[in-house]
Amino acid sequence: MFNFNGKFEWFPKWMEENPTNMFGPAIYVGVAGSVVFAAALVIAIGNPFQTTSIQTGPRGTGMHVPDFIADLEKGDPTIEEYYTEEAYVPEGEPLMKDIADYENIQVLGDLTEDNFNRLMAAITQWVSPDEGCAYCHGEEGDFASDDLYTKVVSRKMIEMTQNINENWSDHVAPAGVNCYTCHRGENVPSEIWFNISPVNENVSGWSANQNRATRLTQSTSLPADALQTYLVEYGQISVHDLESRVDNEGTASIQDTERTYSLMNYFANSLGANCVFCHNTRAFYDNEQVTPQWERAMAGIGMVLELNNDYLDPLQDTYPETRLGPVHGDAPKAACKTCHKGQTKPMLGTDMITDWPELAVSGEPTYE
Amino acid sequence: MEYQNIFNQVQVQGPAEWGMDNDKGLATERGGTPFFSQVAGAIGNAQLGPIHLGWFGVVSLITGTLWLNIVGFNMLAQVGWSIPEFIRQLFWLALEPPSPEYGLSMPPLDDGGWYIISSFFLLVSVCAWWIRSYLRAEALGMGKHTCWAFAAAIWLFLVLGLFRPILMGSWAEAVPYGIFPHLDWTTAFSIRYGNLYYNPFHALSIVFLYGSVLLFAMHGATILAVTRVGGDRELEQIYDRGTASERAALFWRWTMGFNATMEGIHRWAWWFAVLTPITGGIGILLTGTVVDNWYIWAIEHDFAPAYDAAYGYEAYAGGE
Repeated sequence: MFNFNGKFEWFPKWMEENPTNMFGPAIYVGVAGSVVFAAALVIAIGNPFQTTSIQTGPRGTGMHVPDFIADLEKGDPTIEEYYTEEAYVPEGEPLMKDIADYENIQVLGDLTEDNFNRLMAAITQWVSPDEGCAYCHGEEGDFASDDLYTKVVSRKMIEMTQNINENWSDHVAPAGVNCYTCHRGENVPSEIWFNISPVNENVSGWSANQNRATRLTQSTSLPADALQTYLVEYGQISVHDLESRVDNEGTASIQDTERTYSLMNYFANSLGANCVFCHNTRAFYDNEQVTPQWERAMAGIGMVLELNNDYLDPLQDTYPETRLGPVHGDAPKAACKTCHKGQTKPMLGTDMITDWPELAVSGEPTYE
Repeated sequence: MEYQNIFNQVQVQGPAEWGMDNDKGLATERGGTPFFSQVAGAIGNAQLGPIHLGWFGVVSLITGTLWLNIVGFNMLAQVGWSIPEFIRQLFWLALEPPSPEYGLSMPPLDDGGWYIISSFFLLVSVCAWWIRSYLRAEALGMGKHTCWAFAAAIWLFLVLGLFRPILMGSWAEAVPYGIFPHLDWTTAFSIRYGNLYYNPFHALSIVFLYGSVLLFAMHGATILAVTRVGGDRELEQIYDRGTASERAALFWRWTMGFNATMEGIHRWAWWFAVLTPITGGIGILLTGTVVDNWYIWAIEHDFAPAYDAAYGYEAYAGGE
C-alpha cells in the first residue's frame, strides 16, 4: 500500500494489527466540528442577516413589519443626489406673466423671473440632467414653442404636482411631492405601468388575465388587470360580506378577491411593507382594526385614480408611439410604486415642498 | 445501530414472489415481469411487479392521462405554443375554471370549457381508481379500510370541484389546475369568506392533520425503538403480545399515564387521517353556501377574541 523504500512499512502493519473503525467516529467528529466552527463564526463576526422590526398593532396579533438591517443601511443614491434650492422671496419684482420678453407662460405666470429660472434649472436637474433644457425646449432655443411633446407633458405634470400638493395633503403631507419624487433624474420615472391584460394567448375571460409572471403582478400568478381595474376604472376593491350568513346579494366573487389580493400585493411590494403595516390580518376589511396608515393609503387610492384619469391618460395623443404601452398603446400611468419605489415614505420622508412653493398650489405661490 | 437507520439495512433477494392464485382468480389480469431494485429496497420491498391493472386501472390511467394532457396543452396554448416559455412559466400557468358569468352552463372552450371537460375525465379517473382499490381489497379477502380512507380524500375533492360549485351555482367557484394559481385560489378563498381560520370545521381539520403527523411520528418512533426486540412484527405482537409490546406500552404509560394498544394505535391513526379531509370538506361546503363571513360568525359566537390596544407604529416604542 505505502511503499517508500520500506520506510513506512510499520504503518500498514500497525493498522492491520489494530483494526479500528475510523470512518464512523470521523463522521461524528466532522459534523460536530463543523457545527462548532459555524457557531464560533457567527458569534465572532455576528449574524450577517440581522433584522429589525416595528410593531404596528396589539400584542398577540403578530402585527410587525420586519426589515433586514443591511437593507436599511444600504441607503438610496437617488436621495443623496437630490437637488434643491430655497425660494427667493419676491420684493415687488415683476411677474412672468407681466414680462413682455416671455411668451406662452401658461401655468407658472405668477412667479418672479428669479424663481422661474430657479425652478426651470431644478426641473432640468430632476428630469433631464443629461439632455438639459433642450430636452423640452429644443436645440433651436425657441423657449416659447410647444412643438416638443416633452414640453406639453411637463406642463401637465406641473399642474398635476400642484394638484397633488394642494388637494391630496391627506396622502402626501407633510413631505409633499415635486418632480423628483417620481423622476429621480430620469426622463421617464421608473415603475410606471401600462395595461398589459390579456396576458395569455388563445384564451378569453378569466383565464386570459392572470397566471403569468409579469412585473405588474410582482412576478406572482395573480390577475394582471388589478391596477387597470382599481386604479383607472374605479373598480370596487372590498370583497367581504359584512353579514355572517349568506344572503347572496351583490357579494364579490372569488375572482374579484384574487384581483383585490393582486392589488394589495402590489401595495405591499411598492412600500416594502407587509399586510400588517395597515391591516390586522384577522379581519382585513374591519376599519376598527386598522392602523392610521390604512386611511392614508385609502387617500392614496383616490389620488392615483384622479392622476391616471385626469392627468396621465389624457396625454395619450401627446406622446410619440415609443412612449406608449406595448399591448394597448395606452399612456404610461402611475401607481404607488412610481413614487414609493419600495419605501413606506417616498424619499424616506424627505421634505420635498418647503423649498418649492411654486409647486404647492395651482394659483399664486405663497413665499415665506 | 443497524435498526436505527432510516433505510432498510437488509435486502434479501431470491426468486420473485408471485403471490397467491386462489379461487377468486387473484393471478388473472396480472402483468409485467417482476424485477428487483436496490433503491426501492432501501425504502420498501426490493421487488417491483407484477401489477394487476384490470379494466378499472386501464380506464383510470387513460382518463387521468387525458386530464393531464388537456391541462398541459392548455398551458402550452396560453404561452403561444412556445416550449421554452412553457417551461419558464410552468409554475405560474393554469387551466382555469370558467368566468363567473357562465354559471353552471357549458362555457366556450377558451374560457373554461376545457376545464369542464378535463374535470370530467379527472372525476372518472379518480372514481375508477377507487373502485380498483375496492376490488383488489376484496380479491385479497381484506377489509376495506384503505378504500374508505381514500373515499374520505375523494369527499374533499368532490366538495371543492363538484358539490360546492353546484350549490353556489357557478363552475367559476372550482379550483384552478395550476401550481401557484391553486394557491392563489386558496388564499383568496380564505380572505373572501372573512378568514377561514375562524371556520370551526377548518380548525378541526387542522387538529386532525397535525394530530396525524404527531401520531405517525409517535407510532413510527415507538415501533422502530422496539424493533431490536421484535416490535416490527406488529401483527405477531397484536396476536401474541411479547416483550416489544410490553416495553412500548410501558414507555408511554410511564411517560404520559396512558398508552394505546398494539392494535388500537392503528385505529387512532386511521381516524385522525380520515377525519382530516372529512371535517375539512364540511368546512368548505358550508363556506359561501351557509356562512359568508367566518370572522363575523366567530364574533357572534364569542369565538374570536378582541384586541383593544392601539393600532399603528406611532403608538409603540421603537416606532419613529
